[in-house]
Amino acid sequence: MHMLKIDNLHARVEGKEILKGLSLDVRPGEVHAIMGPNGAGKSTLGNVLAGRDGYEVTQGSVEFAGRDLLALEPEERAAVGVFLAFQYPVEIPGVNNTYFLRAALNAQRKFRGEDELDSMRFLKLVREKLKVMQISDELLHRAVNEGFSGGEKKRNEIFQMAVLEPKLAILDETDSGLDIDALKQVAEGVNALRSPDRSFVIVTHYQRLLDYIQPDFVHVLAGGRIVESGDKDLALKLEEQGYAWLAEKHPELRKADLAGEPA
Amino acid sequence: MTSAPSPFVRAALDAAAALPGTGIAWLDAARRENLDAFAAGGLPESREEAWKYTPLRALAQRGLALADREAAAALAVDAARLALPGVDGDRVVFVDGTFRADLSSLTGATGVSLEPLAAALARNPEPLRFALANRYRHGAADAFAHLNAGLAVDGLVLRVADGVAATKPVHVVHASSGTQPDTSWHVRLLIEVGKDASVDVIEHYVTLGDAKQLGTVVSDIVVRENGRLGFVLLQDASSATTLVRRNHARLDAGAAATVHALELGGALVRHELQAELNGDGARFDSRGVFALAGRQHVDTQLEVRHQARDTSSDALWRGIADGRSRGVFRGAIVVAEGADGTDASLSNKNLLLSGQAEIDTKPELEIYADEVKAAHGATIGQLDERSLFYLRSRGIPLVQARSLLTLAFCRAALESLPNEALRDHLGELLVAHLPTGPAAE
Repeated sequence: MHMLKIDNLHARVEGKEILKGLSLDVRPGEVHAIMGPNGAGKSTLGNVLAGRDGYEVTQGSVEFAGRDLLALEPEERAAVGVFLAFQYPVEIPGVNNTYFLRAALNAQRKFRGEDELDSMRFLKLVREKLKVMQISDELLHRAVNEGFSGGEKKRNEIFQMAVLEPKLAILDETDSGLDIDALKQVAEGVNALRSPDRSFVIVTHYQRLLDYIQPDFVHVLAGGRIVESGDKDLALKLEEQGYAWLAEKHPELRKADLAGEPA
Repeated sequence: MTSAPSPFVRAALDAAAALPGTGIAWLDAARRENLDAFAAGGLPESREEAWKYTPLRALAQRGLALADREAAAALAVDAARLALPGVDGDRVVFVDGTFRADLSSLTGATGVSLEPLAAALARNPEPLRFALANRYRHGAADAFAHLNAGLAVDGLVLRVADGVAATKPVHVVHASSGTQPDTSWHVRLLIEVGKDASVDVIEHYVTLGDAKQLGTVVSDIVVRENGRLGFVLLQDASSATTLVRRNHARLDAGAAATVHALELGGALVRHELQAELNGDGARFDSRGVFALAGRQHVDTQLEVRHQARDTSSDALWRGIADGRSRGVFRGAIVVAEGADGTDASLSNKNLLLSGQAEIDTKPELEIYADEVKAAHGATIGQLDERSLFYLRSRGIPLVQARSLLTLAFCRAALESLPNEALRDHLGELLVAHLPTGPAAE
């Protein structure tokens, strides 16, 4: 049984093809790391899966828990259990963090035909999750991400994930810009949420996050598709040798695809 | 005006001719003079700078009779519909410009006096002479002030005695009956806050029926030395109602007035908010939001005149326009010669929710003094796509996400209202007025 099945996905951004036949299978409980040079299409994958405007799928399919994910609106994708932790979480002045999160959770529950949580039950849930994430409840009273440090923003993403309890979490370069303490906190949060029926796709440029989150599979995304898959040893090899060695195995890849330069 | 008077002007003059005299010579003279000025100038045309973005051609073609006072007095009104949360003091109700004693309470409190204009004139007209004998001198730009001065029979005189802090807000309701098609009504308010006194006033506009009407309201406000006035304007009329209002405030030394305005309804609405800071250290703050949809046209004209030393003003206004609506905001700050130490700021930000809506914003600064701190800014933009996607990616449906972001955009203008229950209510009314569907393109 697949949680997520991506088959031959092609996607364009502003008329330019970024994903060129990407395929990936994720089963419940698995953690997949996707690594790759800059410009390989890593962030595009997360945005396409979450349904962002401006990302045009030209070919291929994405099945999530038996549904055609690409046919759903972004909010419907969230409600069926897809969560994207943003590389750059958005600051939204004037919208209270707690209010936002409760509105999000209740909108999802309503979509799924579950009863909405009143503020008492919601606060109880939030307190439980705060403990797990070691987040100060002071952040809850502020506007969404407004004035948060880089580390606070990323922790807030993981905290939202903890409250919303998705089936599939996609972490888009969540480790970028974090110092080692913040990185550990984020990793601990993710590890606390691992479960047999929750899957993770962790998109990252660096191997170091994988020192703290043990992936079941590591994939290399280059030139818009997955060109190499393995276990965590693959990540170590990439750390040591970079991406250039892939050119010998995959002569169809251009140098630019592996150097992270724009094509 | 050389051309023949418009149907609007003809009907207004006919209505004035049928009004009985007041029995007060100076008042009758003032009415006549104002009506003569109205007849001479007619309705303002768009070449008048102050009316450039608010065309009155359609209104000029409508001949409006005065709303019938007996019908207005007899109309059954559910008082509960007029109530506002957090507003539990005296309520003064006008229906089609006619004072409704049966719906009002004028108990006041020690040092707070509330009197219908007619009664105040009958008792002792002299103290009202300064305000009511006023002649507006800006020709056609003052057309509605002339009209109001000539036609308003009813009104309210609110006085707070020196040193008295009124504990309860005064709630003034202007209801358009919506049962007298093609009529107009006119109300005059006089508010005087004494030295070291304070009071809160809520000016509240509603519509009860569907018929098209025009209402004009002119308020003369004086805040004496070190007095304080909190003023809330809630305009929640129906799309059948045309409103032209002027609030003119004069502030003496050390006096402070704060205005919070929420404009939600109306077909064609004009609000002129004018403050003269006449005494050293006076302060005038204004915050406002307009949220428009359909074919609404709402025009706010803010004018703050700093005429004494060390005066300050802060204006923070937000506008939202959806559908085919049009919002106009002109914010003028004038710092007179010698008004050194003035500190003035004005911010007007606007959000266009539809490709067919329009917002015209025009901040103006005129500075004739030397030591002045003045800042102003105006923007027109759209909802941020990145924020919308962020909210949706967490499961919040598009419609709700738009409404959340729009409300957040307005929050700064309403959050400083100290009356929490009223503030929450205004927030709820605003949310209810926000578009519930995708932008009408």
